[in-house]
Amino acid sequence: MKKLALAAAALLLAPALAGAQDLLIRGARVHTAAGAGTLENADVLVQGGRIAAVGADLAAPEGAAVIEAKGRPLTPGLFGGVTQVGLEEVNLEPSTYDAELKLTAPAWQHMWRPEFDVTPAFNARSIVLAVMRIEGVTWGTIAPLAADSVVVGQGAAVTLDGRYDAVLPGSRTLFVNWGSAAHDASGGSRAAQYMLFDQAIREVREPGTGGAAALLLPEGRKALSAYLAGGRVVFLVNRASDIRAVVRFAQERGMKPVIAGGTEAWVVARELAEAGVPVVLDPLENLPGDFDRLGARFDNAKLLHEAGVTIAFSQSDSFHLRKNRQLAGNAVAHGLPWEAALAAITSAPADIFGLGTARGRIEAGQAADLVLWSGDPLEVTTVAEQVWIAGNPVTMRSRQTELRDRYLERLGSGATD
Amino acid sequence: MPVTPSRHLLPAAAAVLSVACAAAPRQPAGPDADAASAAGARQASAREPFASTYAAPAAPPTLIRNATVLTGTGERIDGGDVLLVDGRIAAVGPSLEAPAGATVVDATGRWVTPGLIDVHSHMGVYASPGTNAADDGNEATDPVTAEVWAEHSVWPQDPGLEAALQGGITTLQVLPGSANLIGGRGVTLKNVPATTTQAMKFPGAPHGLKMACGENPKRVYGRKGQAPSTRMGNVAGYRQAFADAQDYMQDWKEYDAKLAKYEKDRAGGDEDATAPKPPKRDLQLESLAGVMRGEILVHNHCYRADEMATMLDVAKEFGFRISAFHHGVETYKLAGRLAKEGVCGALWADWWGFKMEAYDGIQENIAFTDAPEGSCAIVHSDSEEGIQRLNQEAAKAMTRGNLAGLAIAPERAVRWITANPAKSLGILDRTGTLEPGKMADVVVWNGTPFSVYALADQVFVDGVLLYDRAHPAPRPRSDFSL
Repeated sequence: MKKLALAAAALLLAPALAGAQDLLIRGARVHTAAGAGTLENADVLVQGGRIAAVGADLAAPEGAAVIEAKGRPLTPGLFGGVTQVGLEEVNLEPSTYDAELKLTAPAWQHMWRPEFDVTPAFNARSIVLAVMRIEGVTWGTIAPLAADSVVVGQGAAVTLDGRYDAVLPGSRTLFVNWGSAAHDASGGSRAAQYMLFDQAIREVREPGTGGAAALLLPEGRKALSAYLAGGRVVFLVNRASDIRAVVRFAQERGMKPVIAGGTEAWVVARELAEAGVPVVLDPLENLPGDFDRLGARFDNAKLLHEAGVTIAFSQSDSFHLRKNRQLAGNAVAHGLPWEAALAAITSAPADIFGLGTARGRIEAGQAADLVLWSGDPLEVTTVAEQVWIAGNPVTMRSRQTELRDRYLERLGSGATD
Repeated sequence: MPVTPSRHLLPAAAAVLSVACAAAPRQPAGPDADAASAAGARQASAREPFASTYAAPAAPPTLIRNATVLTGTGERIDGGDVLLVDGRIAAVGPSLEAPAGATVVDATGRWVTPGLIDVHSHMGVYASPGTNAADDGNEATDPVTAEVWAEHSVWPQDPGLEAALQGGITTLQVLPGSANLIGGRGVTLKNVPATTTQAMKFPGAPHGLKMACGENPKRVYGRKGQAPSTRMGNVAGYRQAFADAQDYMQDWKEYDAKLAKYEKDRAGGDEDATAPKPPKRDLQLESLAGVMRGEILVHNHCYRADEMATMLDVAKEFGFRISAFHHGVETYKLAGRLAKEGVCGALWADWWGFKMEAYDGIQENIAFTDAPEGSCAIVHSDSEEGIQRLNQEAAKAMTRGNLAGLAIAPERAVRWITANPAKSLGILDRTGTLEPGKMADVVVWNGTPFSVYALADQVFVDGVLLYDRAHPAPRPRSDFSL
């Protein structure tokens, strides 16, 4: 028993990397999250870590592993949301928390740090990753987080398979607090956010302006410059009037805005659709948590979808990535079509973070991040039965399953008395 | 996404908990008990400040027909009827007769459960919207504030209450936060729209007393450079508080003896007898004395198994019972002992990791805690979001238990969100199951409640249809929501 546990632990620490065996998953209900929609009794062939073919009666290449799905649902690996996973091991333990910059001299330095990039701090060996990937979460976006900043810093999408070089190419993103999220950092008025951001842009375009009171340091000017040339900038903002204003502000200045939070996005859904701006939201947010969110309602996702806005789902907690499919299921309960809800945790976030041609769908050429489910993937009574990342089967164990097995045995023997 | 950290991560609101489980003497339910209960309630109101003024309005009889009924007693009745008369469950079974004037609900294909109960809420004390002006859940000025009552912080216009009702919540306990070792009294509310908190108070429900183990109190006070700053400081704090209360009880006992002697002497004609001076009332020690007398139920925020064991010993030292450990992320390590000692575990389905004392959380915790004979597992929320979907949290926990081989049916799992929380609050004789004579607190679901697609179609509180998904107009709306 002890040996087995050690072996399992070793597997946890050594996630399979390149050199995936060919794989044929046969007879699945394939939710492609792509134009093909849902395919009944379909096969998916994986070669070299990528999806080689999707269709009926595919032949297994020699040496391929063959999985009989027996009609069970197969989806792309799920998006875990925008969180600090891998940047924090225990939220309240400061030594394990790397998502926030607290340089304080001069006072505003940490408030305007586009050059602060959290990706080097990502811990591929975090125990949180295994807990989440065995639930079907194969990738997510990591972001800096700081309540008292305006330009918080940069993050990116990462694969959760445990590889050290986890950042997914093309997904680099700048994160900015807006509205009441940056109230204190903008001198107590959200109006100052526009004023200060324009000052920062001036410093990028005309180095030397600002003098000793400049908002940006040299590295910051360089980093922000890239985002002013069509870079992806996530604005964390909830109030309708702020969403509308910041979209216009960002687009006029060359940025490609994404709205995160977006509690009142439904109010300006048509404008967001026309501007081609996607929204990352939590569909469980139906209460007015603050005065920026008085318009919170359960059908935010449905209304945005109907207006033609691309939506993705996310909650905010690094220890709850696996909850994202429950968010999606609830959005369905409140009127969002099922396929759109699945897209909101697969293909749509892939598109939003610049990865749509590489992952998020079950299509030839995509990364073979796949999940075989016991039932409806959005249902709370369903579990992931097998997960593959880049074609490699994930060892379906985590520190939590180790604890479960130890105490299940003790429960049976009366040792919890 | 990078939003403000969840409230449970903030020291101010950090883990809240409380205890319940003391078995205060209860009146038997049923029509014959009504007169006695009413008399009891009158006596209580004469004695009790801030007594409940809740009275359910009259409601026509309702017959819910042909549903899958989970009674909360562990039974499932397929094709069952539930009859509500005069605010009570009148009958449950197949083919019931509709009384004259009854509203008949065709529940074919739908499920019926008792109204859901959340033993751990901060509704109204940490209301939506979160504002500086209404940050009223932690009296974080002293580690022992047994004298404060959560009901005096409750804002009845919290829009979270109506959202919880739409999730099937008919009863909830509002607790102080967990900044303190002993945070104050909790209050059990019926989830009815009201202008005053008294008009929501569950008639005759015992108070809870919120206590907190572990990281929160020692962090909050350690930062201020005062005790407790360690777990040993925490335990010393609980013990000193109860030791003081023992002295206080002794002072009153001595006073009562002197008073009796005085009254006897006066009655015997001793004109010179002087009345004894009563001890000074101490509201903090009154609460703790109430706990030791079994009138107030301890709800103890406590994550780790070793700390729960310590608290059981503290309770033993001072002769009180802990009704429930809340946020017991490690109750699975102590499941047998908790069941033997009759202590409930009020738990999340899958919260973990946000602090060291939550590091060992597993998704099987509720199912494992439920497994031993005599257990009392509860799904709680501590969240204005989670309270709206206790049924889904129970579904997740049931699923994990079944995968581990524990074979948990919906008729058992529903007890985690109905009968067991009622037990921990000392109100199981009045609500929490669909048994004749109990309050007609009932939810009609659009299908199995153990589903992400489940929605409450109708929610009855004391037989009154408070929420009807098909006719949203009359649903309660707080003043704030207008």
